[in-house]
Amino acid sequence: MSTGRDAATDVATLTVVEPGPLTTLQDAGRLGLASLGIGRSGACDRESYRLANRLVGNEPGEVVLEVTFGGLEVRADADVVLALTGARCPGLPHDAVFSMSRGSTLRLPPPVSGLRTYVAVRGGIDAPEVLGSCSTDLLAGLGPKALAAGDALSVGPAPKAFPNVDVAPVAEPTAGDVTVSVMRGPRDDWLTDQGWAALLGEWYAVTSESNRIGIRLDGPALERAKDEELRSEGMARGALQVPPAGKPVLFLADHPVTGGYPVPAYVLEEDLDMCAQLCPGQRVRFRLSPSAL
Amino acid sequence: MSTGPDVPFTVLPCGSAALMLELDSLDDVLAIYAALADYPPAGVLDLVPAARTLMLHLDPAQTEPAAVERAVRQVTPRHGDRTHGELVEIPVVYDGQDLDELGSLTGWGADGVVERHTGTEWTVAFCGFAPGFGYMVSDSGGFDIPRRSTPRTKVPPGAVGLAGEFAGVYPRESPGGWQLIGSTDLQTFDLDREPPALLTPGTRVRFLDKRAT
Repeated sequence: MSTGRDAATDVATLTVVEPGPLTTLQDAGRLGLASLGIGRSGACDRESYRLANRLVGNEPGEVVLEVTFGGLEVRADADVVLALTGARCPGLPHDAVFSMSRGSTLRLPPPVSGLRTYVAVRGGIDAPEVLGSCSTDLLAGLGPKALAAGDALSVGPAPKAFPNVDVAPVAEPTAGDVTVSVMRGPRDDWLTDQGWAALLGEWYAVTSESNRIGIRLDGPALERAKDEELRSEGMARGALQVPPAGKPVLFLADHPVTGGYPVPAYVLEEDLDMCAQLCPGQRVRFRLSPSAL
Repeated sequence: MSTGPDVPFTVLPCGSAALMLELDSLDDVLAIYAALADYPPAGVLDLVPAARTLMLHLDPAQTEPAAVERAVRQVTPRHGDRTHGELVEIPVVYDGQDLDELGSLTGWGADGVVERHTGTEWTVAFCGFAPGFGYMVSDSGGFDIPRRSTPRTKVPPGAVGLAGEFAGVYPRESPGGWQLIGSTDLQTFDLDREPPALLTPGTRVRFLDKRAT
């Protein structure tokens, strides 16, 4: 918890001046613990997470900051090399390696488009692991607390590899309406034909009650074909769960391990990172993937 | 459709990173779970057993649902090693808010609910809902408890509840729709303990009436 660079141990720190609305530490998540009721968690937008580490030359599983809608301000207590990926914050280098000198601060304005910005530091963030991961799981209450002003983040030792990509050309999250591909899920027979027609024909808006657990959507209620209780069953990232009121919820990184509401459809893996960047107010339309008919 | 004559299952799609088996009984779920936990097919990251289903999480970079399905069909289910689990005793004060109502609802009376709860051995079938929340089934059967029509927004940690064929202990404060019959001081999830979850699948459980001792 020292500040600055300690000559003996060579530990650099970043001090959180402002955490913004929500900044958490994330890595690749907890694997193999679902039978204990513990989900994977980890970075919501996995591709942006991987890219951030790759840009600064880190090993793939290093700990980064996941910044929700900007607002983070950090002070470097030593010279550090870092990269921002995911939602672009205006005026800052994006999808590119840059450095901060000792004593300087970095402030992330709200993104132009997208929701989550990843901040990777060369060397990674050194944090205590909980059950094999440093990820904050908001549903389970596991892992480090969300960052608060005054927190000192230790930067790990620099990896042997040097950054070998200066700028990565990556499509940025869109601010407009999106079309998301789904395939039929385990409980596709729990929606009536009208329910399916609504799911595949209507626009659904991302509400402000969305978080790392899931995206709550608002739009025409999906008509259910069955009213009985479903026995709780396993859930995976990408599940479109339909509670009794008929407004679907799309599960993201911190989804519950099991759930008792039917899942008529799953969002395809390749569209999930895009979904993790959706902001309240954006609209989604689902289409049945031709490859998954 | 089946693996061996006694464990038929249906495969249900869950995207490209998971698939789910639906089985006829909890015993069948546990039999195939026991076999797969010992020898998980290549690319399978995690298993989620539940009342009538088993979800397999997989790494889409390593495998695909169809390949996992083929591997699962080769597995020999392993029935009935329930009696070999460790025995955990859970002392309970039977002061739950739903105890009296549940007594009338079942016709057992409040004392009858307690007698049935303490009079049988339970086995953790699977976990879910929250870290360390074990779904326990009674070895003698006979439980079919309706959930509360309106879930509580706050159930205190240590609350002991019943729902359907299951008994459970809430590891931490959370919302919940189970019928609450009592409470325990026993920590069912503690990160400073190895393993942190006390009630892991296969663990046998006896509830003790704290008033009676």
